[in-house]
Amino acid sequence: MTAAVTLSGARLAYGDRVLWDGLDLEVGTGEFVAVLGPNGSGKTSLMRVLLGLQPLSAGEVHIKGGNRRIGYIPQQRAVDHSLTLRGRDLVGFGLDGHEWGTGLRGRRARRAKVDEALEAVGATAYASKPIGLLSGGEQQRLRVAQALVGDPEVLLCDEPLLSLDLAHQRSVSDLIDARRRSADTAVLFVTHEINPVLPLVDRVLYLVDGRFRIGKPAEVMTSETLSELYRTNVEVVRIRDQIIVVGACEEGQSHHLAEEES
Amino acid sequence: MTFGQLLGLDFVQYALIAGAVLGLVAGILGPLVVTRKMAFAVHGTSELAFAGGMAALLFGISVGYGSLLGAIVAALLLGLLSQRDTDRDSVIGAVLAFGLGLGVLCLALYKGRAGNKLGLLTGQIIGVDSTNLWLLAGSSVVVLIALAFIYRPLHFASVDPDVAVARGVPVRALSIVFAVLVGIATALSVQIVGALLVLALMITPAAAACRVTASPLRATVSAVVFAEVAVVGGILLSLAFQLPVSPFVTTISFVIYLVCRGIGHRQVRST
Repeated sequence: MTAAVTLSGARLAYGDRVLWDGLDLEVGTGEFVAVLGPNGSGKTSLMRVLLGLQPLSAGEVHIKGGNRRIGYIPQQRAVDHSLTLRGRDLVGFGLDGHEWGTGLRGRRARRAKVDEALEAVGATAYASKPIGLLSGGEQQRLRVAQALVGDPEVLLCDEPLLSLDLAHQRSVSDLIDARRRSADTAVLFVTHEINPVLPLVDRVLYLVDGRFRIGKPAEVMTSETLSELYRTNVEVVRIRDQIIVVGACEEGQSHHLAEEES
Repeated sequence: MTFGQLLGLDFVQYALIAGAVLGLVAGILGPLVVTRKMAFAVHGTSELAFAGGMAALLFGISVGYGSLLGAIVAALLLGLLSQRDTDRDSVIGAVLAFGLGLGVLCLALYKGRAGNKLGLLTGQIIGVDSTNLWLLAGSSVVVLIALAFIYRPLHFASVDPDVAVARGVPVRALSIVFAVLVGIATALSVQIVGALLVLALMITPAAAACRVTASPLRATVSAVVFAEVAVVGGILLSLAFQLPVSPFVTTISFVIYLVCRGIGHRQVRST
C-alpha cells in the first residue's frame, strides 16, 4: 500500500491558537479515512491545507500527483432555482473549470468524458435539467461525478451527506466507496456523524481542541479515548451497528445539532 | 429628410456601429452579471461613470475617458470594499449615492452647453463621433479578449465558488478583474444609452435569456441577440420617430424580457 496523502509533523496555528501540532498521517491508496471532531477543531483547515490553500505552520504535506489530483465534494447547499446551469455544466467544471480560456475548444472531448462521469453515478437522466430544480440527492450525485471526472488520486469529502435523507446518504456514500474500490482512490471524509459511513471507514482521525487520535474506529470510538480527547466524561454506546457518543458537550454537541442547523 | 437619407448620414452610421458593438459586449457580459447578481453593482457603476463624465466635462477632458475612469474607480471600490456578499448591497448603495452627488456638483459647476449635460444621463446617440467610436471599439476589444482569457474559471467561480476555490481558481482576483471589465463596458454604454438605462442593455437581455434556457452557452448567444435587437432597433426607431433613443431601447428589451418570462413560465425551462 503506497501513500496517497502524507502529512508529517504537520502544525497549523493562527497566531497563538494552535489547531493541531505534530500531526502524522499517511492515507494509503484506496483507504477510507473519516475525519471527525467538533466545530472549530480544524477539520476545514485540514481540508484547506490538503487543497494547497493554506500553508502549514510547520511540517510537510504531500499529495500523490499534486493538489490537482484531488477531487473535492462539498456539502449540499441550496441552489438558486433560476441559476443558468445544468448538471453537465457542473460536472464539466470538475474536469477543466480551472483552466484559462473560453472552454469552447475541446468541447467534444469534454462532452464524452462528462457523459461517462454522469453515467457512472446514474445522473444521465437529469444531466440537462436546470440544476436548481434537482433534489438534494440528485445534486450530490452530480457533485460526486464532478469530483470523479478529473480521475482523482484523492477524494476530499467535506460533509457531503449533510442535509441528505437516509436513502440518499446511502447512495452517495456507496458511490464514493465504489470509486475507491475500483480505482484505489484514497478518501478523506470529513463528517460530524460517523454512522452513515461506519461500514466503509478504515481509520478515523478524531480532532478535538488541538488533540487528536488516529486509528481504527474500534480503537478511537471508545469511551476512554474520547474522554481523553474531550477531557471530560464521554460515554460511547454501541447500539446494533450504530455508535452513539454521549456527553461530548459544549462543541461536541455538534455531533447531532449540526444536521439540524443546516 | 427621408428615413433612407437619414441612414446615409455619418453620425447615424457611427451610432449604429457603436450600438452594435455595445450590444455584443453587453450581451456577452450579461449572463455572468446576472448569475453573479451584480445588477445593482452595474447600476452603481454607471452612476459613477456619469460622475466621471461630468467631471471630465468640467475640466475640459474627453467625456469618454472621464466616464471610463469613473467606472473603473467604482468597480475597484466595489471589488475591494465588498469582501463579503452580505456587505455588497450597502457598499453599492453608499458608493452610488456619493457618485451621483459628485456628478450633480460637476453638473452645477459646468458652464457649457446643457445638451452635453443630459446626454450622459439619458443617452445621446448623436454624441458618438469617430474619436469616441475608436475608443469604444478599442475598449470593447480589450474587454472581450480579457474575458475570453478568464472566461472558464470565471464562470466556474460564479456558479460554484466553493469548489472553484478548492480547485485553485483565484476566485477573489477574478471577481475584481470582472468588476473592472463590467466597469469598462458600463462606461461605454453610458455614452450610448445613458447612465440611467445601462441596465436595459446589460441586465434585461441576459435576464430574459436566462429565463428560457439553462445552457450557459445558449443563454449567452440569446442575450447577444436580444441586446442587438434592442439597441439597433431602438436607434432605428428613434430616428424614425425623432425621439430619444433610450425609451425605445428599454421598451424593446423589456418586451423581450416579458415574452421570455412567459415562455419560461410555460415550459418551466427546457434546455
